[in-house]
Amino acid sequence: MSAIDAETIARHGLTPAEYARIQEVLGRDPNLVELGIFSVMWSEHCSYKSSRRLLRGLPTSGPQVLQGPGENAGVVDLGSGLAAVFKMESHNHPSFIEPYQGAATGVGGILRDVFTMGARPIASLDLLRFGAPGNPRTAYLLAGVVAGIGGYGNAIGVPTVGGEIAFDESFDGNCLVNAFTVGIVKADRIFRGSAAGLGNPVIYAGARTGRDGIHGATMASASLGAGSEEKRPTVQVGDPFTEKLLLEACLTLMKSDCLVGIQDMGAAGLTSSSVEMAGRAGNGIRLDLDRVPVRETGMTPYEILLSESQERMLLVAAAGREAEVEAVFREWDLSVAVVGEVTDTGRLQAFFRGELAADLPIGPLTDGAPSYDRPAAPPRDLADRRRFDPVALPPLDLAGALLSLLSRPNIASKEWVFRQYDHQVRLGGVVGPGGDAALVRIEGGPLGLGLSADCNSRFCFLDPYEGARHAVAEACRNLACVGAEPLGLTDCLNFGSPERPEIMWELSESIRGLSDACRALAVPIVSGNVSLYNETEGRAIQPTPAVAVVGRVDDCRKTAVAWFRRPGDLVALLGRAWGGPPQLGGSERAALAGVTAGRPPPLDLELEKAVQLACRTMVRAGLLSSAHDCSDGGLLVTLAECCIMGPPSERYGARLALDPGDHRADLALFSEEPSRIVVSFGPERREEVERAAAAARAPFSTLGVVGGDALAVAGLVGLSVSRLADAWRGGLPAVLGR
Amino acid sequence: MVGIVVFPGANCDHDAYHAVAHVLGASARFVWHKETSLSGATHVILPGGFSYGDYLRCGALARFSPVMGEVRRFADAGGPVLGICNGFQILCEAGLLPGVLGRNEGLRFVCADTFVRVESADSAATRGLSPGTVLRLPIAHAEGRYQRGPGGLDGDGATGRTLLRYCDEAGETTRAANPNGAEGNVAGVANRAGNVVGLMPHPERASEAVLGNVDGRRILEAFLRC
Repeated sequence: MSAIDAETIARHGLTPAEYARIQEVLGRDPNLVELGIFSVMWSEHCSYKSSRRLLRGLPTSGPQVLQGPGENAGVVDLGSGLAAVFKMESHNHPSFIEPYQGAATGVGGILRDVFTMGARPIASLDLLRFGAPGNPRTAYLLAGVVAGIGGYGNAIGVPTVGGEIAFDESFDGNCLVNAFTVGIVKADRIFRGSAAGLGNPVIYAGARTGRDGIHGATMASASLGAGSEEKRPTVQVGDPFTEKLLLEACLTLMKSDCLVGIQDMGAAGLTSSSVEMAGRAGNGIRLDLDRVPVRETGMTPYEILLSESQERMLLVAAAGREAEVEAVFREWDLSVAVVGEVTDTGRLQAFFRGELAADLPIGPLTDGAPSYDRPAAPPRDLADRRRFDPVALPPLDLAGALLSLLSRPNIASKEWVFRQYDHQVRLGGVVGPGGDAALVRIEGGPLGLGLSADCNSRFCFLDPYEGARHAVAEACRNLACVGAEPLGLTDCLNFGSPERPEIMWELSESIRGLSDACRALAVPIVSGNVSLYNETEGRAIQPTPAVAVVGRVDDCRKTAVAWFRRPGDLVALLGRAWGGPPQLGGSERAALAGVTAGRPPPLDLELEKAVQLACRTMVRAGLLSSAHDCSDGGLLVTLAECCIMGPPSERYGARLALDPGDHRADLALFSEEPSRIVVSFGPERREEVERAAAAARAPFSTLGVVGGDALAVAGLVGLSVSRLADAWRGGLPAVLGR
Repeated sequence: MVGIVVFPGANCDHDAYHAVAHVLGASARFVWHKETSLSGATHVILPGGFSYGDYLRCGALARFSPVMGEVRRFADAGGPVLGICNGFQILCEAGLLPGVLGRNEGLRFVCADTFVRVESADSAATRGLSPGTVLRLPIAHAEGRYQRGPGGLDGDGATGRTLLRYCDEAGETTRAANPNGAEGNVAGVANRAGNVVGLMPHPERASEAVLGNVDGRRILEAFLRC
């Protein structure tokens, strides 16, 4: 074995102190294979070494939680014997380096995390961030990422039903691709990644192992730089066809009782799957690397153990049942081989050509990985960031401001994107993409799942604590718009380098915000992912603690859409109407004037709960024609969206009265105060609606009536629905220059 | 009994089964592509998806699946065969329907609602529908740009006929209503005998009120009546 010099250690992303610790753990020098294993297992991506301490404080329990963080995905009980399995995960670095394959394999990876648990995936979401719309790379990355997500999801046949896209120059050098999938499993048939039972066979199944993606986890744990494109070979190539076969084979196998444990080979491939499975069971694993199905000749133990080739699974079967497992994978034309067995050594022992290529204790690779309490301090320019006087924003003509805001890529229609996603396959799409939350029917019944992914990165940049609370509140509010009751949340924490104190401060403040909001709204966090080092040449992204929330709808025949559906319906606002001064810190209205400053609007979680309860109650009682969350761009933008979001045959104007009082209308109507939902309902429902609002203690005010072909706000603005629609629909294609 | 052929990579097989069996109450069973018998099926559906990943021309590999010999015999004997999306592509590749389906004009996958106008009632999937009827049906494909074969469509000596054309809500077959650049806005065709049908739109996705559209039921019901 080659000697380990300082350069080799550095190339493996390990510090001298970490290397010394490896020597101490082993009582000897590691060989190169072992160094490679430590490199990936102790990478930020696999070990969470900078975030682990902070994550301990998250609320993860609740009566509905069947599986919290630590497994391949979280699981919540849906009642009637079913459970929802879900997780969100980042694929940021690979997507920046190679957008199509990076995004595609991100989807492939999260799908495997879900079906590994025994669940059939029923829907995906994607939360995306790109650089400034004017940056030429933005169009290239957006087109590639969207094509990659569609290319994988459409082919495997899991609908992509929603998500979120936003643009900001802080993402110029580091886009974000966070992929979420939810699946359905029988609550008593959940599979876990555990290598239990001494002597049980360890079985490899799926695609063959190649030399692709070696050290992907290490790459994902470093900042991007000028030479990042040279890392393209560390990005894997996705094969959704093989994954479809793997999905069907695994779900078929899971109907029998021959499986003991199963885990997908994601980041760090065969190494992390075998180490983590052994770790969870408190056992050891022996691997015979000669038996691993390989795609290329001459592969070394180092390459076989660290390859991140996609579409592979590691299984532990009950002893004596190997033939049954092999038969199922063969029927689906997949590679399958017994590659080792469960041992009582507490060690990972990998043999190659009769020799012990690696021999490492499991504990130090998993729970014993380094954990850092890195220094945290607010950014030095925080006071500058927060200095903001909305009244200093140059006045704008109300109609012009509204049209400009509607065409801003953050607000504009995302149809260009979701037309490229099959959002209907599996016949679950009750409420599709483009609205607040998606609503997916569960096969066989009226039961449905509401799904929403959210984060306002600008709010988080100005105040990561408040921003994280807003993310949770908005995701749950979106669910309320389709009548869904939140059951659980998964997060994906995207930040810059943890080695900088201001980034650690952003991370810890965000986690504190997530915790507080989740506690207040009683939503447990059941799975998640941390992605650090999202920065290029010392410039970090806006902090983005993305969340996705899964909620339950008892009868998805009773739901609401986001847009006005019937002329004559009354329009009302749930939530505080016209209170204090306009809240424009971090708003789209301020960004329109080139300003990102101030503080996010204050968020009162008691008011939030009341508004959500009121909306949910109304939707579930079938009282509402529409419900639309009031967020980016504020009330006037929300009302305009209600006029234009529907299909062409369902686009109606509205006649409204909105009195801004003493405040400037071009500010007040774009205030981004949270905890507000615009609803519409038949006039005959008025009393019932008001009663439901009062019962939930939610403020309620009537704004006007649906009808006509213009959005007309008395004395302030009048714009035809078609002009509004053109501005809104043209925004994104303009970014793409087509 | 409706036989729903499952090619590796098919992903609308369960949807077709659901629409036929659970929504419309017909009996149905899956037929694995390695089978060499249709087990007494009276109707055959080739569902949508990405057979063999469709890394080559769509359907180019699926036409060689063992079950296709039996599908051909069934079709030649006049049995009703409905290919939806990828199933349409496979039927074209197998020569059971005329023409080819090329990459969409915009070079991107398109998932959206379209309107289609019924052009002929003389097929296994349109019998009983009046020509001129406008239906709203969803599409989801990257390769749906239909082009006629050398034999043409609808004329003397043609090997097939046009069943559906993309149109606007009023039934006009405009350029803007054509989502993929298909020649003549063609969205669905039948063979000369009318028993073999290929559709790019997905009728099975439009057969339940809870999903917001029931227009597809008229196609599936017509097919099951055969």
